[in-house]
Amino acid sequence: MQTRQPLVQSPNGEVELSNEEIARYSRHLIMPEVALDGQKKLKRARVLTIGAGGLGSPLAMYLAAAGIGTIGIVDFDVVDESNLQRQIIHGTSDLGRPKLESARERIEDINPNVEVETFGEPLSSENAMEIFEDYDVIVDGTDNFPTRYLVNDACVLAGKPNVYGSIFRFEGQASVFYAEEGPCYRCLYPEPPPPGLVPSCAEGGVLGILPGAIGTIQATETVKLILGIGEPLISRLLLYDALSMRFREMKLRKDPNCPVCGENPSVTELIDYQEFCGIPQANAQVDEVPEITVRELSEKLSNGGGVSVLDVREPHEYEVANIGARLIPLGELPERLVELDQDETIAIHCKTGGRSARAVKLLQDAGFQNVYNVKGGITAWSEEIDPSVPKY
Amino acid sequence: MPNVKIPTPLIQYTGGKREVEIGGVTAGEAIGKLAQEYPDLRQHLYTGDGKLRSFVNVYKGDEDIRYLEGADTEISEGDELSIIPSIAGGRCR
Repeated sequence: MQTRQPLVQSPNGEVELSNEEIARYSRHLIMPEVALDGQKKLKRARVLTIGAGGLGSPLAMYLAAAGIGTIGIVDFDVVDESNLQRQIIHGTSDLGRPKLESARERIEDINPNVEVETFGEPLSSENAMEIFEDYDVIVDGTDNFPTRYLVNDACVLAGKPNVYGSIFRFEGQASVFYAEEGPCYRCLYPEPPPPGLVPSCAEGGVLGILPGAIGTIQATETVKLILGIGEPLISRLLLYDALSMRFREMKLRKDPNCPVCGENPSVTELIDYQEFCGIPQANAQVDEVPEITVRELSEKLSNGGGVSVLDVREPHEYEVANIGARLIPLGELPERLVELDQDETIAIHCKTGGRSARAVKLLQDAGFQNVYNVKGGITAWSEEIDPSVPKY
Repeated sequence: MPNVKIPTPLIQYTGGKREVEIGGVTAGEAIGKLAQEYPDLRQHLYTGDGKLRSFVNVYKGDEDIRYLEGADTEISEGDELSIIPSIAGGRCR
């Protein structure tokens, strides 16, 4: 039944299944592709998931139910209302709790035979190699480019497969990056986009069900790799479009000049991934922009104004929550500058302060003198000034 | 005319269009014309010195044009070009 070398070798008597486990896994055991030997491989397997969020939720739950012996989770976040639309491993009663705690409880409830190992710190160049060392497969469910490149490079250096999934709005991507047998993430995308050019899920939104589709694909690939069955997504990029309900597949190739997995690699140890992704420079740019806190703004407004407030979010966001400011979406700002008065003091806000910082820069470059970025955006306004403004 | 599939993160620059018919006999020409027709796309596709950005991959059918003839890859009626940018989302906060 095997079509390739399984990642986990036959336990040969080292691992046994209890009668309870045999009953639990009966639908696996009667399939020749898994059978008793395969189920023991799964029990012996150690899988590390990076992130207990949208992708990590279905992934960890299905891997637990399937009988993976040890599941490691790296996450340092707490459960927030805005997570519940898609992060199904956490429930309403978990709000405010560390995700690692609620994930562990959910997994242990699904299958108490699973050993859960938790890492409550951000994955970094300092700890990645040590954490990865003890696992057979790494599953990437992160939300940012620095961690994606870090996971990729650490997997290449450690010789482990990286089961990749990524989502945005209605679209998802999945692949298996395994440099021993095919291309790595850097062969596909040698460099990350500059910060701010590609919107994040927090800015762009995501269909709550989408990570369910992609996370279960990642779980499937993980199980196939462990068992050595079927054809893995190595050298293939699977694209899923929920709106048209279409799957497409692109061919991937190993880049002989890849800086990590190529013939003459220049990256032979983990680097500074924040730096690589241009984060410090981008932050410095945002820091250079003059700021106003929501408290200062609120005082100015109640003291008779002298400041006009501009909202640079999208109209559909404005509909969800607004503080009565004038709305010009960031994308329309360049051609609508004429509508603004250069002599006025202008405070610009968005959701959390990223887009508005870019707007301030844009106005400054156009010659405006008194423009301020509202620190923390409408989210901070809701938290510190007016809780009746909904947080989204 | 060949079709170019526009990925979700970029449709805000094509007036919401997910597919655009565009002329051209090479992939480079078609993408160039696309950026001409939708000027806001330009900075997302090209670097300041006019090179395709390295986090934007262009495929003809299911083949990355980097492994065909690059920008000179010939395209014809009925071919489909796809722009596939890197996306980072997953553990969304």
